[in-house]
Amino acid sequence: MSGFFDLPSDLQHSYLGLVGLHLREALVPVLAGLLVSLPIAQLCVRFRWIYPPVLGITTVLYAIPSLAFFVVLIDYFGQSETTVMVPLALYSLVVLVPAIVDGVRSVPPETLAAAQAMGFGPVRRYLQVQLPIAVPAIIAGLRVATVSSISLVSVGMLIGNQGALGNMLYDAQAYERPALAVNSVLTIAVLGVLADGALVLVRVLLTPWMPRKGAGR
Amino acid sequence: MPAELPEHSRSRLFPQQARIGRTRRARGVLIRIDSVTKRYPDGTVAVDRLSLEIPDRSVTVLVGPSGCGKTTTLRMINRMVEPSEGSILLDGQDIRQQPVNTLRRSMGYVIQNAGLFQHRTILDNIATVPRLLGRPKREARARAAELMERVGLDAALAKRYPYQLSGGQQQRVGVARALAADPPVLLMDEPFSAVDPVVRKGLQDELLRIQDELGKTIVFVTHDIDEAIKLGTKVAVLRTGGRLAQFAPPAELLSAPADAFVEDFLGADRGIRRLSFFPAAGLELQTAPVVPIDADAGRLASGAAAPYLLVTDADGRPLGWSEPDRLTAGAVDRERLLDFGRPFVPDTDSLRTALDGAVLSPTGWAVAVDGEGRAVGVVSQQVIGEAIRDAHGRVAARADAKAGR
Repeated sequence: MSGFFDLPSDLQHSYLGLVGLHLREALVPVLAGLLVSLPIAQLCVRFRWIYPPVLGITTVLYAIPSLAFFVVLIDYFGQSETTVMVPLALYSLVVLVPAIVDGVRSVPPETLAAAQAMGFGPVRRYLQVQLPIAVPAIIAGLRVATVSSISLVSVGMLIGNQGALGNMLYDAQAYERPALAVNSVLTIAVLGVLADGALVLVRVLLTPWMPRKGAGR
Repeated sequence: MPAELPEHSRSRLFPQQARIGRTRRARGVLIRIDSVTKRYPDGTVAVDRLSLEIPDRSVTVLVGPSGCGKTTTLRMINRMVEPSEGSILLDGQDIRQQPVNTLRRSMGYVIQNAGLFQHRTILDNIATVPRLLGRPKREARARAAELMERVGLDAALAKRYPYQLSGGQQQRVGVARALAADPPVLLMDEPFSAVDPVVRKGLQDELLRIQDELGKTIVFVTHDIDEAIKLGTKVAVLRTGGRLAQFAPPAELLSAPADAFVEDFLGADRGIRRLSFFPAAGLELQTAPVVPIDADAGRLASGAAAPYLLVTDADGRPLGWSEPDRLTAGAVDRERLLDFGRPFVPDTDSLRTALDGAVLSPTGWAVAVDGEGRAVGVVSQQVIGEAIRDAHGRVAARADAKAGR
């Protein structure tokens, strides 16, 4: 009888190997989404009129089922990790773009006026004032995007062995080993909680300037 | 140091006088606003052909109701707003001749609610402009620490973040940040409007003290005429639509408002407030009615001609008033003395404070004390009234002489 963490050989990975693969397939798209969102969000802040259409587009992208993306992307990238990660990156935009826009807009007008009056150019003002002050909002967005991405990676199973931990769900059925399904679901949940906790920790480290709960003046 | 104190407190209480002296030393106009107009694309005129000569090393206050263009005018000086017509000269040079960020870094800017960088420590907030100017971090921080002391902030606050400070402390940080690169010009846009009156008074006094030490050219925007009169060497009253109503020193504003708008804006009690500009030093004090608590019968009798006697303790500090025949030598009951109101210090206070003391006192006599709080004499409302008439007469004679010349 095989143990809880012993996986069928067709998964081609050890348990920890699958965990690593799962994290990579989930986090790389979020990172890519963040890199794409930053300039898009800045354009939305700069030119207010493009924000509503941009929001509309990201929402429509989010509404497209991943299977539909896979059908198109397989033609270009085959049954690869890339095919799984591209839709995940696109999905993250629906959370990240508004999070960054709200964060940058939350900078008080008198802070911006003070920066301008002290002789900050637009680039310096963005990098040294707006972006740091937007960090809490950006990380709030990243938390949602990351957890959702970690759970969504599993659908990669549909294009054959690209769902990382999600592949265990298929094997659970194929080999009638329900423990594999339990393992898969539990592990994905734990990864989600840990990733979320890690992001909270990053925020605490990056924003010593935020009022702490219970610590009044 | 102690020898300097009276001079120092004098300039604090009579900032206008102190600064008139300094203005004479200075060399004229630093900022010349030359028939500047700001028209927005929708046709609104914020500032209408405004011309102002802002003197060097003094506080020029722009005051007026909302919509009078005072903030717009201030922001045109550091080019946060570009004028539609006209020009602004700094030290004789058009401000458009240097790069905009160089210009801005040469002018300190203090804004309502301070506008601090919430993500930086107090020390780093103050060090911002020196860092922008390329000073090394260590040097900029040392300078920032020095400025914290100058604006009256505890050094322990250096590592704190803005959210941990009160509104008044944040505003002090704002002033320190504006001073960090030692700019010749300080632009202040309603800096003290968002703090409570007690804190505001403290900040105003502190600004006058700093100005005494540093002698910056300050352009100060406010909607509060009392603040304008307290801080301004010269006050520009603007009316709605961005036109200049009057540009004059505060005492002149109070004694000779240019028109009904200015008079209305100054408020009802400008006569009383004008007394702030007349020193109480010339008042003739009476010392006979001042008696120590352990006075003998002879001493009491010598003051008995006065309607009231001021009883002091053994050190000479006032205790209260009494009618002479209610006092028994050697057995003065402190409880039965009448309250003596608020005393004034002749050397540093104004006729306004003296009159206030006389009005507050139940006997109608004001008590004069020295710096240590010891009674140096008493003065009646009548005598104060005569002093006020004399002071007005002197101002009028000076104005006549000026007009005749």
